[in-house]
Amino acid sequence: MGKHAFDVRSLINRDNNIVQLLGMVVVIMVVMTFLSPDKFLRYYNFESLTYLFPELGVLSIAMLVAMLTGGIDLSIIGIANVSAILAGLFFHHFVGREGIASGDGTGIVFLGIVLSLTIGAAAGAFNGFLITKLRVTPILATLGSGQVFTGIALVLTGGPAIVGFPVAWDWIGNGKIFGLAVPFVLFIVIALGMAFLLTRTTFGVSLQLIGTNPKAAVYAGLDKTRMIFLSYVATGMLASIAGIMLSGRTNAAKSDYGTSYLLQAVLIAVLGGTNPAGGKGTVAGVSIAVIALMLLSSGFQILRFSNHLIDFIWGAFLLLVIVINAYKNRNR
Amino acid sequence: MTLFRRSEVVIAAILLVAMILIGLVNPAFWQVDNLFSLLRSNVIIGIMALGVLLVMLSGGFDVSFPAFAVAAMYLTVKGMLYFGYVGVLVPFVCAILIGAACGSINAFFVWKFRMIPLIVTLGTGSMVRGFLLGVVGTSMINIDRFPPVLIDFAKAEVFTITKADGTHSGLTAMVLIYFALALGVHLMLRHTMIGRSIFALGGGAEAATRVGFDLKKTIFFIYCLAGALAGFAGMLHCSMIWLANPRDFVGTDLEVIAAVVLGGASIFGGRGSVLGTMLGVFMLVMVKNSLIIMKVDTTWQLVVVGSIIVIATAATAWRDRKRQA
Repeated sequence: MGKHAFDVRSLINRDNNIVQLLGMVVVIMVVMTFLSPDKFLRYYNFESLTYLFPELGVLSIAMLVAMLTGGIDLSIIGIANVSAILAGLFFHHFVGREGIASGDGTGIVFLGIVLSLTIGAAAGAFNGFLITKLRVTPILATLGSGQVFTGIALVLTGGPAIVGFPVAWDWIGNGKIFGLAVPFVLFIVIALGMAFLLTRTTFGVSLQLIGTNPKAAVYAGLDKTRMIFLSYVATGMLASIAGIMLSGRTNAAKSDYGTSYLLQAVLIAVLGGTNPAGGKGTVAGVSIAVIALMLLSSGFQILRFSNHLIDFIWGAFLLLVIVINAYKNRNR
Repeated sequence: MTLFRRSEVVIAAILLVAMILIGLVNPAFWQVDNLFSLLRSNVIIGIMALGVLLVMLSGGFDVSFPAFAVAAMYLTVKGMLYFGYVGVLVPFVCAILIGAACGSINAFFVWKFRMIPLIVTLGTGSMVRGFLLGVVGTSMINIDRFPPVLIDFAKAEVFTITKADGTHSGLTAMVLIYFALALGVHLMLRHTMIGRSIFALGGGAEAATRVGFDLKKTIFFIYCLAGALAGFAGMLHCSMIWLANPRDFVGTDLEVIAAVVLGGASIFGGRGSVLGTMLGVFMLVMVKNSLIIMKVDTTWQLVVVGSIIVIATAATAWRDRKRQA
């Protein structure tokens, strides 16, 4: 198949996983509409989802990048929180609470974003250093570093949330652009960018090859260490973008925000067709999976299921996906 | 220098140095009450660590055991109150069975679908906790309703010391249970066929099958025993603190995993020992306890635990690489 051939048919043939995921979205929509006909199919419901799901979507893409090389990143939530908190402290230090309240600090938001991304990249580089130079397994390296990042966030805030971000920061999480939610537009831009990076650049193709067969990749002359290192830097930066979106939407940053996102990001990455052993996974699959699961949990929320029960359903869904994937691979 | 090749010796040496240093900073460390309370804090984390050690020896990973421990403890105590049961043995057996049953779900998915244990246990842990909080309830069972038999059982002490000012301090008898379980797991790992098969599985699944081990049996044994240990630890925990809280053990997974890794177990499987794990548990508990004694702000605890994981894993990875070279 030509690398640059791009028509709908080849897309479907290449990845019937995406067709299945789209089918799942349709099934969820139909079932939920049937269960609560007057509430689920409302414009308001979908609009609020376009504000909610991008954070999780970006985190899931971050997880996908880590899983491509057979790794995992359990520190993404810690990175997201610590970069949002540092940006918040930065604003408070340079503009002050009163300044933020009076609408100042729009110009400085750009610097805040750069700061957050730098922290994300640095945190990712730390993970990459542990994994490639010290050869710590990704699970343990990111488990430990995630604790360190969360711990730093806790030390910086002392426990309570940092409240009060500049208006422009708020806009990233709550604003509208071209009649669409800003986080949603941001998510689409990031998803397209990452899809391009992972499928059309040397970096992305190298990651897929390393994940498929690390030894062969080394013999083929790929700089495995550097590529894996860079993949964790990318993961860290994506996590910090999610942190910006989350703190923008809630106008606050705290050391333990979004802790339930970790399991969900793993689940979405796996559901989206990513092979946790490495080598396989597409941004399109992950994006559809995140939409499917957000529709599912919004449907259950409308049905007044408690958050604990929704946790139960997420867990059950993860196991179900494992079973389905196992049977699919058996037929092949 | 062959002595220092054994990681247990290295850990014990580090432990000793750390104890002397902490003692120099704050002599209160060496007081009998502090040592007793240190040992007491070892019990629950230690019993859970034994289960995690088994899983890690086989090359797996488990983050679901805190959920299993909470489920076993909360369901059992609820059951005792519901039936008005008075006794100790049956509740503990019940908690062990609940833990083992949860563990068998892990084993089923790991064995049948060859799925990465981390992802399986993330799913089962979330399910069990979600079920417990969403279906069974979120209210704590406080001291006023907590079964007194359990409290009396966990109050037992091995020996007590009367201090100069007339107050007593005692060493809880629960450490004996911990040591007995540790000894049992050690003997099982070193001297039984099933124990050897766990090491074999950690060394390589394919090789273990070729030698003739029944991996299905091994995997079910590992995860059920790990679940049972977690269930037992949960039950013992609530008896010792006189409270059954369905939201308990959040973040315990990290501490226990940190302790096991600190004890020299390799995440690739096949390497690790009960003695090393016990030393690792003691080290972790001691460091956390000493942060308080040395008046370090509690917000630093996460940073310290995380750094311990990072340093310990980096050291183990370095050791493993040196051996291979």
